[in-house]
Amino acid sequence: VNDSPGGPAVRQMTFHQPVTKIAQEVYSLHNLMLIICLAIFVAVFGVMFYSIFKHRKSVGHKPATFHESTAVEIAWTVVPFLIVIGMALPATKTVVAMKDTSNADLTIKVTGMQWKWGYDYLKGEGQGISFLSALSTPREQVIDPTKVKNDNYLIEVDNPVVVPVNKKVRLVLTANDVIHAWMIPAFAVKQDAIPGFVRDTWFRAEKTGVYRGQCAELCGKEHAFMPIVVNVVSDEEYTKWVEGKKKEMAAKADDPNKTWTIDELKQRGEKVYAANCVACHQANGKGVPGAFPALDGSAVVKGPKAPQLGVVLNGKGGMPPWKGVLSDTDIAAVITYTRNSWSNKAQENIVQPAEVLAARK
Amino acid sequence: MGSHQTGSAPYYFVPGPSKWPVLAGASLLLTMAGASAWVNGVSWGPVANIIGILAVLVVLYKWFGDAIAESEGGLYSARIDVSYRWSMSWFIFSEVMFFAGFFGALFYARSVTMPWLADLDHKLIWPDFSAQWGNSPGGTIEPFAKMGPFWIPTINTALLLTSGVTLTIAHHALRAGQRGKTAFWLFATIVLGAVFMSFQAYEYAHAYSELNLKLTSGIYGSTFFMLTGFHGFHVTLGAIMLAVVLYRVMKGHFTPDHHFGFEGAAWYWHFVDVVWLGLYVVVYWL
Amino acid sequence: MTTVVDHAHDHSHDHAHDHPHGWQRWLYATNHKDIGTLYLWFSFIMLLSGGVLALLIRAELFQPGLQLVQPEFFNQLTTMHGLIMVFGAIMPAFVGFANWMIPLQIGASDMAFARMNNFSFWLLPPAAILLAGSFLVPGGATAAGWTLYAPLSTQMGIGMDMGIFAMHIMGASSIMGSINIITTILNMRAPGMTLMKMPMFCWTWLITAYLLIAVMPVLAGAITMTLTDRHFGTSFFNAAGGGDPVMYQHIFWFFGHPEVYIMILPAFGIVSHIIPTFARKPLFGYASMVYATASIAILSFIVWAHHMFTTGMPVTAQLFFMYATMLISVPTGVKVFNWIATMWKGSMTFETPMLFAVGFIFVFTMGGFTGLILAVTPIDIQMQDTYYVVAHFHYVLVAGSLFALFAGFYYWGPKWTGFMYNEGRGKFHFWGSLITFNVTFFPMHFLGLAGMPRRYADYPAQFTDFNMIASIGAFGFGLMQVYFLLAVVLPSIKGGQKAADKPWDGAEGLEWTVPSPAPFHTFEVPPTVK
Ligand code: HEA
Ligand code: HEA
Ligand code: CUA
Ligand SMILES: [Cu+2]
Repeated sequence: VNDSPGGPAVRQMTFHQPVTKIAQEVYSLHNLMLIICLAIFVAVFGVMFYSIFKHRKSVGHKPATFHESTAVEIAWTVVPFLIVIGMALPATKTVVAMKDTSNADLTIKVTGMQWKWGYDYLKGEGQGISFLSALSTPREQVIDPTKVKNDNYLIEVDNPVVVPVNKKVRLVLTANDVIHAWMIPAFAVKQDAIPGFVRDTWFRAEKTGVYRGQCAELCGKEHAFMPIVVNVVSDEEYTKWVEGKKKEMAAKADDPNKTWTIDELKQRGEKVYAANCVACHQANGKGVPGAFPALDGSAVVKGPKAPQLGVVLNGKGGMPPWKGVLSDTDIAAVITYTRNSWSNKAQENIVQPAEVLAARK
Repeated sequence: MGSHQTGSAPYYFVPGPSKWPVLAGASLLLTMAGASAWVNGVSWGPVANIIGILAVLVVLYKWFGDAIAESEGGLYSARIDVSYRWSMSWFIFSEVMFFAGFFGALFYARSVTMPWLADLDHKLIWPDFSAQWGNSPGGTIEPFAKMGPFWIPTINTALLLTSGVTLTIAHHALRAGQRGKTAFWLFATIVLGAVFMSFQAYEYAHAYSELNLKLTSGIYGSTFFMLTGFHGFHVTLGAIMLAVVLYRVMKGHFTPDHHFGFEGAAWYWHFVDVVWLGLYVVVYWL
Repeated sequence: MTTVVDHAHDHSHDHAHDHPHGWQRWLYATNHKDIGTLYLWFSFIMLLSGGVLALLIRAELFQPGLQLVQPEFFNQLTTMHGLIMVFGAIMPAFVGFANWMIPLQIGASDMAFARMNNFSFWLLPPAAILLAGSFLVPGGATAAGWTLYAPLSTQMGIGMDMGIFAMHIMGASSIMGSINIITTILNMRAPGMTLMKMPMFCWTWLITAYLLIAVMPVLAGAITMTLTDRHFGTSFFNAAGGGDPVMYQHIFWFFGHPEVYIMILPAFGIVSHIIPTFARKPLFGYASMVYATASIAILSFIVWAHHMFTTGMPVTAQLFFMYATMLISVPTGVKVFNWIATMWKGSMTFETPMLFAVGFIFVFTMGGFTGLILAVTPIDIQMQDTYYVVAHFHYVLVAGSLFALFAGFYYWGPKWTGFMYNEGRGKFHFWGSLITFNVTFFPMHFLGLAGMPRRYADYPAQFTDFNMIASIGAFGFGLMQVYFLLAVVLPSIKGGQKAADKPWDGAEGLEWTVPSPAPFHTFEVPPTVK
């Protein structure tokens, strides 16, 4: 493998090359701490090893008998205290700067979910853009040792976040199910995304390029497989991307009042299922005993559709609510799909987007 | 082990091998395995859990029986008495910390989480939430009414405070060597405790049936029932201790200057009182 | 004082039971030495079990891709490795030392509550059974990390409940053990042994016991809330009901941070005996050692949120917890300096206990410095939940706590077994462990700095080389511990060179005034300390 630009380098031994001012400060802080700690370490253990070599019985050293000295004890309490204060002062400045999320040019809402990220551009150029972003490394590379792993193995996604260079980007983070953490080492950004809460952080990337990070809070079985990719581009390119993305979204948007045929819904539902549900309920619909319930043969899936709509929209136990993630059409499609797949032949076998819209109320 | 010759107590009595600890451990294993199964709806869970709890109780009964016999057999020197005092104090301290965890949760949920959930940023997720203690942002909680301090909790406060007084009277009587009086006031204390628990049970029923206030009523219900529930559980424990002490008083186990069994239970009872005062202020008034 | 003679006379039939043989001796034990031995064996078995889980982790991480285990099982391995090592291996091992040594060091005949002492021990196997058994139930063991963060912990199956109940049991065990230790130390010291004459190991344990009593109930509360959130519809950690997942973290770490000092303070105690013995010079700054230990313990209650810098606390909270955390280096530094001052101008020899003690100081300090670096909020935000943290805590836990336990074994083992261990093998164990330890965990600093997150079943290919080194080191380290069991521990129980009552010429303390191996009953007449 080769280095991954914007991601880790092979045998990288220190922080990423900083791309934001904060990251630069963190980098220097760490260097400073490292130097001070190394100096103390060398001094302290220099003394110890000197003693070990000189004051050993085998070279005939006779033991002294002293066992206290108020003066030195005070000294080595006070001096470390002062050193520690010296370390804390520059750090304080950076902490305060890191927390200042005001005056952002662009605000993006980041939603962590098992196991992908959702992005909604809330404010600034590109407002209204919204998409999901998931791992794009093919599964074969993960499970098949004979497949070569590419340079961006596990740190590549289908839809990267795109932001303009030199603009202050404020992220507001939340999650759908459990806690995740959004991290880009090169920006020195790491912020937990907590279900039901909104937390914020910010960065101002000073160099264009692709920057890579990963989810940094244990979030269940696919924790290692929900990377983050940020594409920092020039203003012009950003404007172009916004236009393109908007067109793409308009093309994809569905009319919630359209009535679909069952086959259309099943086809679309299969894709939705593969993208969102297989991780837990499995492709064969059998789930994982004890952890994730089976859909194949499930009473809820085979019974009346209202309860299933409720579960999918609002979540239940470990199942996250999907109402903020999937469109009406996707939800209708995936429910229809489960009702007609595997051994399931539900009585009420079709759900239309309009019914989902009604159930949301 | 009961038939020791009395003589001067050993410097520090160390009991011989005993089968109770390991049996208690095994019973607890059954209890906990049963509990795990029970909460997950496995059929044998409740049976295992209840058998386990009963086994624990039987073992403890036997175990304390041994200890009482040793004490009555004159094996416990003054030094052992001091050991019991230290250990009871620190046990009560550990209980204080247990409650501190729940009080801390209440404080945090009210003073940190609630305003947080209602701030500007959180309008993104909870547009309609207003920071009122008892409100839940999710809209998934059935409406309920909050529990005020009148009248049951206030009466209960009076009951517990009185029970502290009656217990102290009993203690004075014990020190004066008046066994009958001791037993009477001890009994009164237990009765007050029992009345307290009955009121508490009534209050719970009232909460469930009329206020629609349940364990599932959001963080309000969670903290309300967990705090008062654990307190009630401790009142029950304290009352059981006092009942055992009463039995021992009637058997004539305690002397005016050698009765740590009584004092330990009394300390515990006072601790339970103090926790209640905290609850009364924090849960019902504020 | 003739009371002890009375004792023997009055209860002669007790003494008939006093030496029960076979299984009853262990199951019904009330003797602090037997119970100490039980604790030590239990914890060693747990160390091996937790170690096997670690090796499975390391084997999976040997190269990128999923080769051996599924990611959900990987998370179970990580979680159970952490739980077993913390609650099964390190903590019980120190309690085992306390059982063996505290009565001997303070001249007491036994622990204050002998039966409760046995109960504390016999709660551990049930907890271990619950934990191990949870691997076999549907859904497997809990996989939420040893910290059991909500709301991930509400997603798990029955294995999570078994884990919660196991932790309840272990918590009860720790509380009872601590009450026993406190009572023993406060009430059963030999006449003349004032608190400020008490051996350091007893001091560190006294303070540790207070930490345990203060924080174990809080952990019990936290996991009880998890349990009710899981099954009874409470909303402690659920925002929709007005609760807060971060509240779990606050409560957990209020326990969790003192917990890590619970695992290191007794280690400080052990080392504070070994260094003076082999330097043939009294411990430097005894009083300041006591005060430093107490300061560490007190400070440990106000630093917990340094584990939570990335949850997005207000800036004032971040600063407060950063300052408070950094402050702990000061008393810890005092300890390190005092040890070195004890060595200074001594007449040192380097038998195995001393090697492990010096190794402890050296490597623990590295872990301490990485801790200090993590305490700096902006740096921690960069490194939180990466392998840098994993490196940090294995430096303080393995090369800290575990090395001190090894040192203590070599130091006091002769008193327990009556035989000297084989010095050459002990030295080999030390050097082998020291080297393989560093091979395993040093590269993890680099992985963390480069951004490899922890609790990952698979990783980007750029991280491969350091992971390979770490995995190789881990197997080496594991082999060294098997060697320790087979070549050092077992032989030294069976026989070998007879140990003198005081095998170390520089040693001091009451424990060396009784024969080796220490007889079943010691100090039935309390000795007088001048
Ligand atoms: C034995 C256990 C132990 C010990 C002793 C310590 C000691 C310390 N720890 Fe550690 N820590 C853990 C076990 C331990 N830790 C564990 C298990 C975790 C991870 C938990 C999890 O998430 O799973 C953790 C995580 C952890 C974090 C959170 C990291 C993260 O998740 O982002 C932090 C941050 O502040 C931290 C800091 C410290 C500090 C400052 C000390 C200090 O006490 C160190 C003090 C010592 C020294 C500094 C060296 C000696 C001093 C001198 C020679 C004097 C001179 C020095 C100066 C003047 C600077 N630790
Ligand atoms: C408390 C003490 C403690 C100890 C002693 C150890 C010991 C070891 N730990 Fe531990 N570790 C933790 C506490 C501890 N750990 C904690 C708290 C966590 C965090 C968990 C979490 O994230 O929730 C953790 C996490 C953790 C991780 C990160 C996992 C992840 O994030 O996914 C790793 C990875 O390498 C690791 C490795 C090791 C290794 C190789 C050892 C070795 O030292 C083990 C050595 C022992 C043996 C190997 C056993 C002896 C050998 C045999 C019985 C026979 C077989 C041997 C051979 C064939 C060679 N540990
Ligand atoms: Cu999402 Cu880890
Ligand atoms: Cu900590």
